[in-house]
Amino acid sequence: MEIFLQQLINGVTLGSIYGLIAIGYTMVFGIIGMVNFAHGDVFMLSAFIALLLLLLLTQGFGVAEGPAFVVVLFASMALTALWNFVIERVAYRRLRGSFRLAPLISAIGMSTFLANFVTVTQGPNNKSIPPFLDKVIAITSGGAYDVTLSYKQILIVAVTAALLAAFWYVVQKTPLGRAQRACEQDAKMAALLGVDVDRTIALTFVIGAALAAVAGSLFLLHYGVVKSSDGFVPGVKAFTAAVLGGIGSLPGAVLGGMAIGLIETMWGQYFSSDYKDVAAFSILAVTLIFMPSGLLGRPDVEKV
Amino acid sequence: MLSAAASPFSRALKESALATLIVAGLAFPIIAFRADPDFNNLLELSARWPLFLAFCALGFGLRFLLSLWESRPKAALALAQATTGKQRKWLAPAALAALVAYPLLILALLGPQAALKWVDTFGVQILLYVLLGWGLNITVGLAGLLDLGYVAFYAVGAYGYALLAPLTGLSFWALLPVCGLLAAFWGFCIGFPVLRLRGDYLAIVTLAFGEMLRIVAVNWDAVTKGEAGLYGFPGLTFFGLPFIPGPRGFAAHFGVAFAGVHKLIFLYYLVLAIALLANFVSIRLRRLPLGRAWEALREDEIACRALGLDTAKIKLTAFALGAFFAGVAGCLFALRQGFVSPSSFTFTESATILAIVVLGGGGSQFGVAMAAALIVGSSELLRELTFLKAIFGENFDPTQYRMLLVGIAMVAMMNFRPRGLVSMRQPTITLGPEPEARS
Repeated sequence: MEIFLQQLINGVTLGSIYGLIAIGYTMVFGIIGMVNFAHGDVFMLSAFIALLLLLLLTQGFGVAEGPAFVVVLFASMALTALWNFVIERVAYRRLRGSFRLAPLISAIGMSTFLANFVTVTQGPNNKSIPPFLDKVIAITSGGAYDVTLSYKQILIVAVTAALLAAFWYVVQKTPLGRAQRACEQDAKMAALLGVDVDRTIALTFVIGAALAAVAGSLFLLHYGVVKSSDGFVPGVKAFTAAVLGGIGSLPGAVLGGMAIGLIETMWGQYFSSDYKDVAAFSILAVTLIFMPSGLLGRPDVEKV
Repeated sequence: MLSAAASPFSRALKESALATLIVAGLAFPIIAFRADPDFNNLLELSARWPLFLAFCALGFGLRFLLSLWESRPKAALALAQATTGKQRKWLAPAALAALVAYPLLILALLGPQAALKWVDTFGVQILLYVLLGWGLNITVGLAGLLDLGYVAFYAVGAYGYALLAPLTGLSFWALLPVCGLLAAFWGFCIGFPVLRLRGDYLAIVTLAFGEMLRIVAVNWDAVTKGEAGLYGFPGLTFFGLPFIPGPRGFAAHFGVAFAGVHKLIFLYYLVLAIALLANFVSIRLRRLPLGRAWEALREDEIACRALGLDTAKIKLTAFALGAFFAGVAGCLFALRQGFVSPSSFTFTESATILAIVVLGGGGSQFGVAMAAALIVGSSELLRELTFLKAIFGENFDPTQYRMLLVGIAMVAMMNFRPRGLVSMRQPTITLGPEPEARS
């Protein structure tokens, strides 16, 4: 029971990170119908940006780790957003209206580029930061196994929740969110009604990247280590989360992220940690084959 | 007049200033600093401001030139009329002759010891990728099914040979088609459930299947020996004559001095023959009803169904045939390497093969072969150039730069020649005396 509770806590923490990345996939898919294959690598890049900025602030300027992390979080959001803005402009914008697979292939190229760009500039090895904020609260004690909740985990879940609230507000209540939902339903009609579609799509990429950057910073905080090949597997898992939740649906992405995080930790605990990636990949395949609209998504109707 | 001449210049200046700012933003932490562990395994930052400034300058310069180029007088565009490509009928036979002569020429020029590397890495390895590229081109270029797990079939072929050869005692001639059929069977099994999916979903599911197969190969120690891999399986023989020194070997039988390169030359011709077979099959199939159905399916699936084509059967054959050639290539890979481990079958490998097909462009068989030679050969060539180490430092690894460039090239290809991916259809019947005029 204690182990179950502990894994529940770990799973929710991991699920928050996956959920944040999954929103980037689901929003882009919703608005331009493209699987943004490079999103996982944008996430990895943001973790590297966060790592470098954190080292710069703590070593170069002697800022304490706590305040430094807050600054890093926002700076990494801004810089990753700029990256994704440029990526959209360079790699995807011209491809709207091209044949169906063109954006996906372009995104695979972008993903290859980003992973190797970071490898070339930062080296292929693991980069680990000294642990900080690693105090824990014991929830149960005296039993066979002490269930603990670390400050990190509280921070991760709290930041995720706060961001989701802010993000929900943006999508539901602001003119930008309205334009975004309009483009999602019918980009041509939205353009006729005076919505700047290009700008809205660019902003979607920017928001997706900012959320991925938060996930990247939290990932760095949680694991304390990042390497340049870290974009692929978390990326695929977050995409699985988006698919499981119903691609195009924002609450679905968060729900899917939580589900994937929980399944992964529980699978690792109770079955075999060797095959925990197989669990995520099989969920991806099974969902796409048998339930392509996911848990909360709209069914995809093919119109002729 | 003067203001009209000055305005594009000043606009270019303004645009490039903005571009410089953006490049600076992109490059700021990731290029300006590098984190490396010190002796206590703590990360330490080192600043690289010259590199950072070089990138900014590069951004400025490129954007400046681009702006000037864009604001050039538009009348120049009329000159850029497409010139009709000449049919180069001599090209294919000449290329074939060069390929056949290549290993013997290398052997004559460099001697058996130095020729080893040239026949192996620049010959057999490139030809294997050509074979893989032609195989994937059936699935992607002809049928329009994006298969991101192609390397799984390659792995099935390689593991198939490495496991079956010691188990059954059959020669590789018997196992070569078996490996192909095994991979085709897997292609059928994987293809069957994913048929209903749309293009990009299909790509993702094949990716998932490919990764699952690899993870199983890593963890199923009892059969695959995990990361350590399989080795010690029977190698290549020349119709029963093993390539070993001694009286029973190939060299003694033909009365020549033993050299390791003989085996590779034989393997080279074997791969060449199979690659040409794959080429022949895919060119021929395009003229058969099946090949036409593939291309029709790629262009419009709904129209195909409306015309009564069995889309499931068509997709499955494309999948299985592509997988068949990957399986055969995997078997040959096992023979070349003498060692099979999961690390040879990562997603990067799938991406490389896809890049070969994409950059090959025009869906043309020749383009795919050129792209394979370029992508696989370039990194080997770069590795040879030792002076690059002097410029970029001791731990310069060209493979990373290769994939970096491949990524950029894929994006560029999709942006500037998106239809280059799929095969162009030459009109089968043309009216008039000069069919060349149409191309």
